[in-house]
Amino acid sequence: MKYEVVIGLEVHCQLSTNTKIFCGCATTFGNPPNSQTCPICLGHPGVLPVLNRKVVEYAVMAGLATRSTISSPNVFSRKHYFYPDLPKGYQISQFDKPICEHGTIEIVVDGTPKRIGLTRIHMEEDAGKNLHEGLGDVSHVDLNRAGVPLLEMVSEPDLRSPEEAVAYLKKIRTLVIYLGICDANMEQGNLRCDANISLRPVGREKFGTKVEMKNMNSFRFLKQALEYEIKRQAKVLDEGGTIVQETRLWDTKRGVTESMRSKEEAHDYRYMPEPDLLPVVVERAWIDAIRQNMPELPDAKRERFVADFGLSEYDADVLTVSRELADYYEAAVAAFSGDPKTTCNWVMGELAAKLNETGTPIEQCPMTAAQLAGIVQAIHSGEISGKIAKTVFGEMYGTGKDAAQVIREQGLVQVSDSGAIDAMIQSVMAANPDKVADYRGGKDKLFGFFVGQVMKASQGQANPQMVNERLKALLAG
Amino acid sequence: MTIQRDEVLKIARLARLELTDAELASLGDDLNKILAYVEQLSALDTTGVPSLEHAAEAGDTWRDDVSRPSLPRERGLAVAPAVADGCFQVPKIIE
Repeated sequence: MKYEVVIGLEVHCQLSTNTKIFCGCATTFGNPPNSQTCPICLGHPGVLPVLNRKVVEYAVMAGLATRSTISSPNVFSRKHYFYPDLPKGYQISQFDKPICEHGTIEIVVDGTPKRIGLTRIHMEEDAGKNLHEGLGDVSHVDLNRAGVPLLEMVSEPDLRSPEEAVAYLKKIRTLVIYLGICDANMEQGNLRCDANISLRPVGREKFGTKVEMKNMNSFRFLKQALEYEIKRQAKVLDEGGTIVQETRLWDTKRGVTESMRSKEEAHDYRYMPEPDLLPVVVERAWIDAIRQNMPELPDAKRERFVADFGLSEYDADVLTVSRELADYYEAAVAAFSGDPKTTCNWVMGELAAKLNETGTPIEQCPMTAAQLAGIVQAIHSGEISGKIAKTVFGEMYGTGKDAAQVIREQGLVQVSDSGAIDAMIQSVMAANPDKVADYRGGKDKLFGFFVGQVMKASQGQANPQMVNERLKALLAG
Repeated sequence: MTIQRDEVLKIARLARLELTDAELASLGDDLNKILAYVEQLSALDTTGVPSLEHAAEAGDTWRDDVSRPSLPRERGLAVAPAVADGCFQVPKIIE
């Protein structure tokens, strides 16, 4: 049977605040276990949580960026369950009155834009980390992460394919990076994602039974896990079986999803309003101030790049993946505005390749945007060819030299003097009289040979367009 | 509204409490008395009255995002029944 896939995602973003959500402990990643804990995040009796103002500010930013309504007052609730990484026996989260509701996130898949509903965004505290590996019959608990602020973003079941789910997650990642509220490093786990997925026969309105999937800590794993789960569910349904509502874990090593049996017992979280925290009032004036200070968001930037610089949607999309990359590009275009498209090709081509190869983030790029613009300008003016420009780039990268200096020092200026080019062509023709005869006899393919010889004679410095023109004229006899 | 033994058992299980039959009966009586006491509120017409999450007025009781010294690790771990490698040690967690 043909099935329609229905997917909803729950994304957890760890906020990049200096301190935890309810206490003054630092949130630094990678410090010795339990070195960033205090009576509040350890859940000692009698302590009181005090809300970190920055967390509310970041939640409002996420809400504004997704066109959500900001609720005031919004309310913290206790979610009760027992687990060793949760010292209080409950997690402080939000339940029926979250800070943001009814947002949207726009994604583009195969060139088609689509709006995905964002049910809610709420604030909560992270749990600690459990360590099992190589420990035999015990586990260890590190509570440095307990109390680190999270935003949970819950989508409507609007996603219809693994590709859409990946595009949605990428969009959230870009958004939170732009906003500067989350480092969004999936390997370090500060952007995490759970998925609800079900199938229904095409044309039927009622949703099928959904399965919750966990542990997909990369875009690739999310796609693989969803693809696997679609196949698994379709097979069960085709064979007349029923889908069990359960939580399944993606096993990255074996490439399968597996039921988490320990979680089969139905949850009863007994949510209740958190009596230790007041309802959170978000004044209109504060929201306005936050809005004023928000950076330009990726969608707006992309549209501007297309409109102002004449870039394709694709190019604009790649350049606006991160704020730093977009800023670098804009700085380069500001330094030389004559050819934004070529500047784009150089940022996405040579520069990106070099950064990738050396594992350098764009913000630590050893070549300034103005220096890169210098190369583009030299190409644009015809001073050097695109090919020579690659040599110039190689000389500049890591040495701090400007394009003009490299071109001068190495004598790489493009030869655009027709007299000099004619002289080179004539000597090549003189050295290959038989080939000249063959060409004149109708062997058109030999043209490429002559171009190659002339470029070689000029050590790559002849203006290729002029070589083409002059060769045609001189070979014609 | 009264609750039965089954429900008392369920609540006890969720709270990880092991109760004797006598305790179950007496706690069930207590819970029912509390419920009956609160039940008096349903005599009032609360149509249009917004729910109240907190008795105090809402206000800005924030903390700035400035870090403060954490507890020395030994002190945090001192209350734990078992400790190893700077961590709280617990029976193996099976996921």
